[in-house]
Parts: sequence; C-alpha cells; structure tokens
Amino acid sequence: MTTTHDALLGETGIPGELLPQRYDGPRAFGWWGMVWLIGTEATLFALLIASYFYLRFRNGPIWPPDGIATPELALPLIMTAILWSSSIPVHMAHTGIRAGNVTRLKVGLAAGFVLGATFLVMTLGVEWPEKLDEFGPTTNAYGSLFYTLTGFHGAHVLAGLMLSLWTQVRAWQGAFDESRHLTVQNFTMYWHFVDVVWAFVLATIYLTPHL
Amino acid sequence: MTTTAAPEASATTISTVERLEAVWAEPPGLGSWLGTVDHKRIGLRYFYTGMAFFVAGGIESLLIRTQLAGPDLDVIGPEAFNQLFSMHGITMMFLFAMPVLSGFGNYFVPLMIGARDMAFPRLNAFGYWVLLASGFFLYSSFLVGRAPNAGWFNYVPLSGEAFTPAINIDYYAVGLIFLGISSTGGAINFIVTILKLRAPGMIVSRIPIFVWGELAMALQIVFALPALTLVSVLLLLDRKFDFHFFDADAGGDPLLWQHLFWVFGHPEVYIVALPGFGIASAIIPTWVRRPIVGYTYIVIGELSVALIGFGVWVHHMFAVGLPNITLGFISLASFMVAIPSSIQVFAWLATLVAGRPVLRTPLLFVLGFIFIFVIGGVTGVMFAAIPFDQGVHDSYFVVAHLHYVLVGSAVFPIFAAVYHWGPKITGRLLDDRLGKVSFWLMFVGFNLAFFPQHLLGLFGMPRRVYTYDSDLGWGGYNMASTIGAFMLAVGILVTIVNWFRSRTRGAPAGNDPWRGETLEWYASSPPAHYNFVTIPTVHGREPMWDQPELAEGVQSPEDGGRPLTDGHVTLSTSMLDARPQAIVHMPHASVWPFLLTVALLVLAFAVLLDNWALTIAALVASVGGLVGWYWPRGQTQET
Amino acid sequence: MLDPRSDDARRVEGLWWVLFWISCAVVAVVTGFLLAAARRRRAELHSEGETDEDDIDRRPVPWGDRFVVIAGAAIPGGILAGSFAFSLAVLNDMGSTDDRPLEVEVVGHTWWWEVRYPNGAVTANEIRIPVGETVRLGLPTADVIHSFWVPELQVKKDQIPGADNQLSVVADHAGRFRGQCAEFCGLQHAHMEILVVAMAPDEFDNWVEREAEPAAEPEGAEAEDGRQIFERASCAGCHTIRGTSAEGVLGPDLTHLADRETLGAGVVRLTPESLAAFITDPQDDKPGVSMPPTELTPDQVDAVVAYLMELE
Repeated sequence: MTTTHDALLGETGIPGELLPQRYDGPRAFGWWGMVWLIGTEATLFALLIASYFYLRFRNGPIWPPDGIATPELALPLIMTAILWSSSIPVHMAHTGIRAGNVTRLKVGLAAGFVLGATFLVMTLGVEWPEKLDEFGPTTNAYGSLFYTLTGFHGAHVLAGLMLSLWTQVRAWQGAFDESRHLTVQNFTMYWHFVDVVWAFVLATIYLTPHL
Repeated sequence: MTTTAAPEASATTISTVERLEAVWAEPPGLGSWLGTVDHKRIGLRYFYTGMAFFVAGGIESLLIRTQLAGPDLDVIGPEAFNQLFSMHGITMMFLFAMPVLSGFGNYFVPLMIGARDMAFPRLNAFGYWVLLASGFFLYSSFLVGRAPNAGWFNYVPLSGEAFTPAINIDYYAVGLIFLGISSTGGAINFIVTILKLRAPGMIVSRIPIFVWGELAMALQIVFALPALTLVSVLLLLDRKFDFHFFDADAGGDPLLWQHLFWVFGHPEVYIVALPGFGIASAIIPTWVRRPIVGYTYIVIGELSVALIGFGVWVHHMFAVGLPNITLGFISLASFMVAIPSSIQVFAWLATLVAGRPVLRTPLLFVLGFIFIFVIGGVTGVMFAAIPFDQGVHDSYFVVAHLHYVLVGSAVFPIFAAVYHWGPKITGRLLDDRLGKVSFWLMFVGFNLAFFPQHLLGLFGMPRRVYTYDSDLGWGGYNMASTIGAFMLAVGILVTIVNWFRSRTRGAPAGNDPWRGETLEWYASSPPAHYNFVTIPTVHGREPMWDQPELAEGVQSPEDGGRPLTDGHVTLSTSMLDARPQAIVHMPHASVWPFLLTVALLVLAFAVLLDNWALTIAALVASVGGLVGWYWPRGQTQET
Repeated sequence: MLDPRSDDARRVEGLWWVLFWISCAVVAVVTGFLLAAARRRRAELHSEGETDEDDIDRRPVPWGDRFVVIAGAAIPGGILAGSFAFSLAVLNDMGSTDDRPLEVEVVGHTWWWEVRYPNGAVTANEIRIPVGETVRLGLPTADVIHSFWVPELQVKKDQIPGADNQLSVVADHAGRFRGQCAEFCGLQHAHMEILVVAMAPDEFDNWVEREAEPAAEPEGAEAEDGRQIFERASCAGCHTIRGTSAEGVLGPDLTHLADRETLGAGVVRLTPESLAAFITDPQDDKPGVSMPPTELTPDQVDAVVAYLMELE
C-alpha cells in the first residue's frame, strides 16, 4: 500500500507500523527553526541593550548627556499599548485556526496587522520627528543608541508585518486547517517575540533614565 | 558509482532500492546543479570551496613569510602587507575553517545519525551559496586593491571613517555580515537535525562524539555570531552615516568595539576547535580497534568548553587599562577553561594506550594534532596569567600560540578526516605512503614555522609588522620560520595531489574499508542519494561493531530497519530517547536559495558602494526571493 | 622578557620560567603517552582470517574513567589553580608605591611618540628617565589606538582615545631600553620605536633642564640660513622649534633634535646624511608617513640640516 502525501498517517515499511505525516509545534522542524531564529535575534537585542548600558555608564552621571531631555513617557506608553494589544487578535487568530475557524484566523491576522502598522507609523511619523527636533543619530552616542535601538526594533516589526501579510495571503488561499497551520504558529511566536523585545527596549530607553 | 547491499540482496531489497533511487536521485542538468538540496553534494561543495580558500590563505601567508624572511626586505610594501595579513586571518577563520568543518558536518552528520538529509535541505543549499557569494565579495576587494587592511579584528578608530576612509573596511563589515547569514542558518540546521533526525534507538548517550562536536559548535554560533553582526552594523553606521558608537569625543568608546568583537571572537576559536576535537574522537576508536574511553566526560568536555568559552573574552584585552579585579575574574575563568579540553586529551590518550593503534595516515594526523594542540594549550594557559600576558600581548608569542591551537585543532584534524573519510566520499582509497609523506612534511614544517615565533615574542617582536631592523637579532628565527612555512605548504600540496590522483587511480574502497564503528560505514562509498536502503534502529554507541546485520548488508524491517519508500521522506524521532515520531516530507531541489543569494550579493555591493536606490531594489528582490522559496508548489494546503 | 632590567621585569621573568617548566612537564607527559601508544601498534587494521572478536577489543577499561578524571581534570585543575594564585601574587607585587612619581606624558601619534615633561621640556621618540625613581607615564593618544611597550622593563599599556591610561616605570640601573608600539596602528606600525634611556638622577636633572630650554642660536652663516628657511618654509607649519617662530604641532618638536639617536621613530640613525635624505623625501624611508617630500632645493636642505644638527 502506498501512502499519499496527504494522508494523516504513513507507512514506514515495518509491517503494521504507521506514523503521523502531519504535525506541528515541537514535532515540526520549522517550529524549531523559528525558535532558534528567535534565539539569535534575542541575542542581538541583548547585546545592543548591553552596549547601551555600557556607554551609559562610561558617560558618567548625566544621562542623557549634552542637555538632551530625559525621554517623556506619554507617547511611548501609548505606542506600547497599541503594540501589545496587537498580540490579542494575533493570539485569537491562532486559537481560531486551532479550532478550524478560518474566519477568526483572517480577522485576527488583519486586526493584528493594523495595530502593528499603527505602531510603526507612530514610530516613524510621530516619535522620531519629535525627537529629531532635539537630537539625531549623529548628535552623539546617545542619539546613535536611541535611533539604532528603536530602529532595530522597528525593523523587526516591519519584518513581522511582512510575515503577517504572507500568512494572510496563505490563509486566503485556504492553506490552513485545524491540523496544519505551522506558518500561523511560527508567525504568532515571532510576533509575541517582537512584543517581548519591546518591553526591554521600553525599559532601557524610557524607564531607566528616570531611575 | 554506488555500491548497493550485499551480494545476496533479496528481491524486496532490489525493488526498495529502485523506488528510493527514483524518488531521491537528482536528474542531471543546470537546474539540479543550481538547486540541489542533497546534503552530500552541498557538503562536498563546502569542502572544495573551503579548501580553495585554504590555498588562497596559504599563498597570503607565504607572501607574508617571504617579506619577513630577513630584516628590512622590500618584497612587499606596507599597504599590501597589511591587506595580506588581514585577509589571511579572515580567510582562514571564516572562509576555510568554518566552511570545511561545516562541510564535513554537512556530509557526515546525517550519515552518522542514520538520516536521509539535514532538517532544512534548502536552507543548507542557501548556506553554501552565501558562503560562495560572500567569499567572492570579500576577494573582489583585491581586484580593486582595497582588501580589508586593519587586521581580522579590525580595531577602531583605525578602522573608522577618519583613519581608513576607503572601502577596505566596508568590505570587511558587509562581507562578514553577509557570511554570518550562512553560518547562522547552518548552525540552526545542525541543531534541529541532531535533535530531531536521529535513527531510532540513538538515545543521547549513543550519539557519536563528532556529532556532539558539531552540536556544540552550532550552539556557539547561534549565540556568538550576533555579536559580530551587531558590531559590524554599528561600524557601518559610524562610517557611513556619522553615528558615534565608537567615537570617544561624542560619548562613544573604542573599547565597545573590542568587547563586542571578542564576545564573538573568543567563542569563534572554539567554534573552530570543537569540531576538530570531534573528528579526533571519531577517528581514534576505528584506528585503535576499540571504543572510546571516557565518552561521557568527553561530551561534557565539549559542551563545557562551548559554555565557558563565552566568559573569557576580556583576556584579549588585558592591556587596555581595565581594573585588576575585573582582570582577575577573567584570568581565573581562562585558567579553568583549559580543564574540559584537558579531559578530552586524556580520554584520547587513554583510548590510544588501551587500544592497538594502526599507524596509518588518519591516525598520524590525529597524533600530530594532539601534540601540537597541547603545546598551544599550555601557552594558552600562560596567557591566562595577567602579568605574563601583559608582557607578550600583541607580540609574536601570540602568533605562535594561535597557530599552534588553530592549526593543531582544525588543520590537522581536517587532514586526518580527508584520509579517513575521503574513501567514503569518493569511493577510492588515498595513497597511504603519500599520506605519510604529507604528514611528516606538515608536522616538521609546522613546528619549524611556528616554534621560533615563541622566541621572537619573548625577544620583543610585535605582531603585524611588515619589517624589522637588522640589528635586533631576529633575522635567523624569522628565516627558520619562513623555511618551515614553505615546508608546510609542500606537505599540504602532497595531500592535494594525493586527493586528485586517488579519484581516478585509487583502489576501490568498498562500504567499510576500515571496519569502522559508526553509521556512515553502513552506507555505500559514495553513499547513494538516499543514504541508506533502510533507516536503521541502533542499540549502542558502535552500531557497526555491535550489529552484524548492519555490517553485512541491509538491516531488514524485522530487525528494525525502515525502508520509508513512500515519497521523499525521512524519519523524525524524539529528542532524548530517539523514539520514532513522524514521517517528514523533505523538499525537492529548488533554485530559490541560489536566486536569493544573488539578490543578497547585489545588496552587499549596493551597500558597499553607498548606492541606496540599488539597496532598496535588492531588498525588494530579496523579499521576492523568500516569497518564491516558500511559495507552495503542487498543493496550496500547508504540508 | 628574557632580559629583565627592572624589578617588575624580573618578577615576570620568574613567572615565565615557572609556567615554562610546568608546560614542559605537561608536554612531556602527553608525548610519553603518545609514544607508549605507538609502541602498542599493530600492523594492519584487520588480519586475514581474524574474527571480529580478535579484531575489535570490546573489553571495558576499568582504569579509564578514573584516569580521565584524575589526569585530565583533578591534577590539571590543581596545577591551574596554583598557577592562577601565583600569577595574582606576582601581579600584586608589581607596580610602585611611590606617591610622588615623576609624571611624564607620552602621546601616541601615527607613527611617532610625543614626550612631555612637567618642566615644559618636549621631545619625541626618546624618553630619558632617572635610574631608581618611579616615573609615571600618562598615555593618551592623538589618533588611533597605540600601545606603549618596553620589553626589558616589562611595561605595556594601550593608548586609547577617551581613556586615561597610566603606567609606572622603574629602571634599576642605567641603560638604553628599546621599545616599540605594540598595537597595530596602520601603515608604519613597524616603524614606531621608542628608546627609554635611564640615567643617573643628577645627570637626568641636568638633561631635563637643558631640554626645557629654547633652541640654541645658530652658529655660522649656513646654519643661520637654515633657520630662516625652516621658519619660512612649510617645515614650521608642522614642527615646533622653541625660541623660533616655528610653532607647528602636527609633527615632533625639533628643539633638541640633534640630541636624539634616531630619526623617524627609529627608522634610521640620525646623521647629517640621513637627515638630508629624510627631509628630501621621507616617503623613501617611511612610506605613508604624513611628512611630504620637500619643496626645498638641495642647497636649502643642506642649510636646514646644518642648523638642525646644532640643536642639542
């Protein structure tokens, strides 16, 4: 008996032995691929944040230096609320497809995309222009750190938005059902990772100067 | 020409082979050449490309040694010299050692764990193409006379815009970011493969030590490469856009470069050494006719080196003016990191003494490795002593030490592997007499080249100097070193000749010329496209010695062998106890990894040349490449 | 390192020999085992007619684990811990407790050393110090990272932009000690030599007083010509000769040039001929150096040389 690729179980050649051919989560290689990718990216952010603190402590007691104002919290906290709230529809999209609900998947992904895009637009369109009035990346090391740290994070949000688009396209093609949606899993993991990184970026840049 | 199972193959076996061949063979032609996902073809490409860069790096070193053979020579001027020693280091570390050791890993890890391929075949192909492209990118700098020229560790401010405005350094930074993609992707591939694709029964305590070595290397790469990528990006931002990370006048710090670089740089030397140790642990048991002694300690040793190696980077910075208390902690860690390596050395010695060694070329290179590496190791311990380090830091004593440990732990094991595994790859034996000639020339040449450099360092000769005065008395030692270098080069050439001769004139090897213990000898020589007729079930660490049905032919389904002929599939198992979990459908050949690499190469040149329009276009093309890669073929439903 | 000329250098030499002999012992032990293994060799991987039982030795090695742990971890661990402790003790013993050292600033440049004394004396590429007294060197850099290194005195420290590195030096008897920049700093890193000359304290006092004085007046017409040319030509744009109108700060202070042994931070010995050649085209001796070939005629160069060689 030949097993089709599509069947849930396949033959191994040992008489009577059947093994699953579809799987997700830790049984799927792609899942581990995303986990380790997150591992390297997390390390990158950890090192960038460590560089921030290294330069901060090398610079002495006044931080930000050179008369730059301590960053205000209002705008970043609003942006944080928007970014973190985007994880809710994304999570619902994931649980939706786990239950076989493609509509919930599509709506959740779309809502998450809108919120994430709003965060990015606010960074590039509101926060950065405001900050650029006071200092730029070429002003001093603080400026370089600020724009690089927020910029790296923004780039990861952008990558996440592109992953979201891809996942949405695939959803509309009918690729996913309750037993196969590895792409959705991986996207969800990545999106939550971007949120967690933001917590560290927020704390580093916006909260620690107030301490 | 593949050799199939034992002569008395059954009808079932023959039809199994036919079906596997039909599914796994890659048809000839450009599409298959550009798109192959066969880990063996890819591994062999890594090997050939890496060895080509080894020759390039070797030529660079011979030019260096010629210029330094006597005082005040004028063979090579300072600018060319600075480019040569910088590219020598970059080539040997990034374009030779890592690729060749990954190449052996690529070829042999799936074979040794009883799998049909790596976990991510297309990522595997991509990793190779990126290596080739980034090597091409870096070497194109010679064509414009602008190779990196601030050393392989490229300290700022010398490598900053103010002091090296030309593109030499941009080549360095962009090239290494590009190459890092290959290393990181490869590392993730190794980790998932080793954890999820092992043959049933290959529980954690039965994993071959070479595989452990590749796993330790891969784990280090995942956590160390980001430091290099980050610091290269920061340098590009400083150089191209006037950022101030390293600018002391604007709140930055040149030492930030040193910290970030060495956070990568020290684990990097273990990334190079640990697979070499793994090769030794693979070769010794076969060639002394007994299992390895101290398996558990060796494995713990490999993983401990990988871990502790992240904690000692500051020992490259003992002269920068850090407080003594900081240096004290790093000094202690640097002394202690010697212990897990020492454990492995004594495990090998115990195995050698308990067994009956056969002194043919593979084992000779391993013995040479142990001797050379131990010398490098003891001078390394000397460096852990702060006052001594401060005396010889940046002198030729360092050059001597680093070559003893790196040539010892990478080059000699690689050459041992060439002779040990070459027959598996090509199906032909190499000439053992030529092998011995090569070994002795390399061993004597190496020691003659680098032992005198210890003395030069103690006498006060700094490193990275393009010449030196005649009244310092350094000429004799330098001349000896140059002669040794040429002898080493001749020895290497002998093996290269041996390899190419054996491809046509070597005696046929058969599946298992050495009667080895691990599963690569279960496959044919060279292995079939599908590696094994049946994926075996193993019961011990030395399956080929324990299980006669493996040594004599094909393990039948009754004994636990799984043919898995229904499609392009292999078997995934659980991480710790290797229970069969699922049938995994592997991707077929695809040109998208190649196309994506082309887009990235254009991106690299665009960034190098400050062409931002082209940069955007190349980024868009790269995204397109990724989309093409993942676009579903055949069925829209997710697999 | 093998030729110590200070107490600190002697301490480090002692540390070296201890580590050296331990290392020799380790290499000897390992080589011994390798040779012992070689003596047990067999000629072939497997002989004709040999069964697998004869061929492959599956017997356990009862002493194996203990050997690996003791020889591979316990004994090395002890030796390493002891070496660490000893090295820390040596480190602790080093340096000086003198609370009023002579402070000298040594500024790293590509590719020369600027030396500044507290009394206003400024010279280049040579440091004179009094024997037996602690000299504290301040080690800034004017451009890239350099590293001040004098092997015989066992001193090395990097000069890093933004850092305030310092080093204590004590020479225990008179002599000349050669040093060289240890951190790769570009094209002429190979030609950045420094000479440390230790002199008796009263000789040193005389020297540093003289060194702080402005340049000697030129004697003779050619030298007088030379000074005029120097002040008016591009020379004065980069070099200082105190007491004249030459006040350039890009290159070394030449007020007492004739007092020095070498030119170009050690690239040639200082003689009238080598000085003339260096001025005519420094790129010949030291390609890449910042000083351009001269615009002066050969006669003018001779005049300048005549003047400079009088500046002791």
